[in-house]
Amino acid sequence: MIELILDGLALRVAAGSTVAAALYLGGDGSSRTSVGDQRRAPVCGMGICQECRVSIDGQRRLACQTLCQPGMCVETHA
Amino acid sequence: MNAEIIVVGAGIVGSACAHQFARRGLDVLVLDSQRGGATAVGMGHLVAMDDNPAELALSRYSIELWRQWAPSLDPDCAYRNCGTLWLAANREELQAAEHKRETLSAQGIACQMLDASALRQAEPMLRKGLLGALKVSGDSILYAPNAAHWLLAQGGARITRRQDQVSEVDGNRVRLADGRWLTAEAVVLAGGIHASELCPELPIRAKKGHLLITDRYPGRIQHQLVELGYAASAHANTGTSVAFNAQPRPTGQIFLGSSRQFDSLDPQVEGPVLARMLRRALDYLPELGKLNAIRSWTGFRAATPDSLPLLGEHPQQPGLWLAVGHEGLGVTTAPGSAQLLAAHLFKEPAAIDPSPYLPGRFLPVPRPTEHSA
Ligand SMILES: Cc1cc2nc3c(=O)[nH]c(=O)nc-3n(C[C@H](O)[C@H](O)[C@H](O)COP(=O)(O)OP(=O)(O)OC[C@H]3O[C@@H](n4cnc5c(N)ncnc54)[C@H](O)[C@@H]3O)c2cc1C
Repeated sequence: MIELILDGLALRVAAGSTVAAALYLGGDGSSRTSVGDQRRAPVCGMGICQECRVSIDGQRRLACQTLCQPGMCVETHA
Repeated sequence: MNAEIIVVGAGIVGSACAHQFARRGLDVLVLDSQRGGATAVGMGHLVAMDDNPAELALSRYSIELWRQWAPSLDPDCAYRNCGTLWLAANREELQAAEHKRETLSAQGIACQMLDASALRQAEPMLRKGLLGALKVSGDSILYAPNAAHWLLAQGGARITRRQDQVSEVDGNRVRLADGRWLTAEAVVLAGGIHASELCPELPIRAKKGHLLITDRYPGRIQHQLVELGYAASAHANTGTSVAFNAQPRPTGQIFLGSSRQFDSLDPQVEGPVLARMLRRALDYLPELGKLNAIRSWTGFRAATPDSLPLLGEHPQQPGLWLAVGHEGLGVTTAPGSAQLLAAHLFKEPAAIDPSPYLPGRFLPVPRPTEHSA
């Protein structure tokens, strides 16, 4: 198992999980809030739709294309 | 008569024309097939361009009209008076900037030179070593698809909008895809790049452009940033050229252009062209490499041989009025174009000299037909 931080809370996921999976396991499933103030979540799961943009260790990344790493800090309200 | 005026095309130019005629009390029918055009995909930079006096006159006049409308535009038109910085990377470009300053100032356009340190202070994300910039404070940005909606909405009940494909034009009549003919006092053709399907004699070529937008990174850049080599790229008549052009979106996204290619009608994003454009952008904004792009797409500009639009009655088709060929500047120049066209139609004096844009410069007036005995 890998431990990471999702919106300030510790979360344990199986090694090899994507951040998109972690969002569903540990949060409301959403990756970010849009300019129109809507919560947005992964859709295509293959790096195309750009819906799962999320802040990981301060960088905007695609949740579905990023594997969870120990100590990773994921922020969906950033 | 199906309306006093029929406008073919509800892009920014057709919408500005409809708005102008409705303001003068005419009933306007706007037909658009919704096949899409440049307005939906362009950059929406309202920019005073000075490659020739006519281009400058039309852009200056139009920017003034946008400025007057700005307070009443809907918020989703995203009008922002961010100004333009024309960036000088070497001595020749610095001279070009100074020359541009003189040309714009002579027309009463507010602008000032920034030296290297003032530029760094204004835009710290730009690479070191740029020599300076010309700041044009009155330039702005606009989300053109919503601005087109706003213009149509201003016409109230005077403007009727219908989704219809026009398959033929003949003077003051248009034929719809279902074969019906509609008639008006005047037909205005504002079909952008598609206008030459209805009038093959129009001297319009497609110039393809690539654009790319990043995720939201608020506050990284403040002005529309354009390299001074842009005008050379914009007016090349052959080959593929790229130039650095970056816009701060109100959302915090960075919107990047620009590329120009002739003789392609394929809307596909082309990797090699996009790569060239981005390398150019990285040269000015090295930090861009750390940001994420979320979309890229292409669009087509309707280019005429002299880069000026065709505004006026078709010399060979009385009743058919042309408002086409706005190239890469049609969002900027739509309001002035509409005013000129309306002035022609109403036989009123125009605010600027209309002659450089008259279609007759490319379309010969027909000789009187010879009668055989
Ligand atoms: C990549 C790119 C970047 C640009 N950047 C800028 C910029 O920064 N600043 C600027 O000022 N300009 C810019 N432009 C140029 C600007 O977008 C265009 O000049 C402008 O949008 C043209 O508007 P239009 O109304 O003439 O044509 P369009 O927007 O193409 O509208 C034509 C309309 O006519 C309709 N139509 C066509 N044929 C028919 C038919 N037979 N029947 C019914 N309807 C029909 C179409 O559906 C369409 O809605 C850019 C263009 C591109 C491609």
